[in-house]
Amino acid sequence: MAALLPPDAGLRVSLEVVIPSDVAYIERVVDLVRHPCAELAYNAHQLALNVPVALSEAISNAILRANNEDPIKRVLVRAEIDTRQLVVDVMDEGEPFDLDADTRDATDPENLEREDGRGLFLMRALMDRVERFDANGAAPGGNVVRLTLARV
Amino acid sequence: MSFTIKKEGEIVVVDVEGQLIVGNRQELKQKVLDELERGEKKFLIDFAQTGYIDSSGLGVLVSLSKKIREQGGELRLANLNDDLKTLFELTKLDTLFQISDTRDRALASF
Repeated sequence: MAALLPPDAGLRVSLEVVIPSDVAYIERVVDLVRHPCAELAYNAHQLALNVPVALSEAISNAILRANNEDPIKRVLVRAEIDTRQLVVDVMDEGEPFDLDADTRDATDPENLEREDGRGLFLMRALMDRVERFDANGAAPGGNVVRLTLARV
Repeated sequence: MSFTIKKEGEIVVVDVEGQLIVGNRQELKQKVLDELERGEKKFLIDFAQTGYIDSSGLGVLVSLSKKIREQGGELRLANLNDDLKTLFELTKLDTLFQISDTRDRALASF
């Protein structure tokens, strides 16, 4: 006899958004990704903290650091959301960077009063996994930052 | 998202409605710095109507706190919900700011 599955167990949402290198678009992209997470009953804290903050940081880094706000360069956000996990790829057109070397411990007393440098730290604190790899020819062709979060 | 500034006695109270993120942090910074330039010293930022804050938003709070202290003033925070509290704890910024549970308590603490 087949095990009873919850009614949303087979649901999977895929979405792809392309934006110019302008921070004004970030909030709308966050909402586009957050909405299906809410539909799939992700935890309230994940919806209010983990997903929006980590995704904002990833897109913000792509726009400001990787693409240097060049209006010609684009950021592509691709999300796969199901009842197990959220996986978001944020792709830029910038030079490669080292995720580990560039992550600063924001809680170090020396860094506490710095205005900048909390972005990667927060992404890694709020997601189960953060990875960076080369786009390897896939458009737009720079870095891919992958955020993974299991639904709880 | 918007910022509303009011005076409560000698305290400048800023309400943050919506998100405090990279796209609007400069607006908050400028509004508070304008008040500081007018000679105001006591500032309270109330997050009762705030959604989420990103690292740029946190950075602006740190920067404003420093600038206000340099002018002999003080910046305090109120009404962080559980998720915002978690954000401040993760970054240890809860150790840098005086944070009150309610606006009234914050106003009374100056």
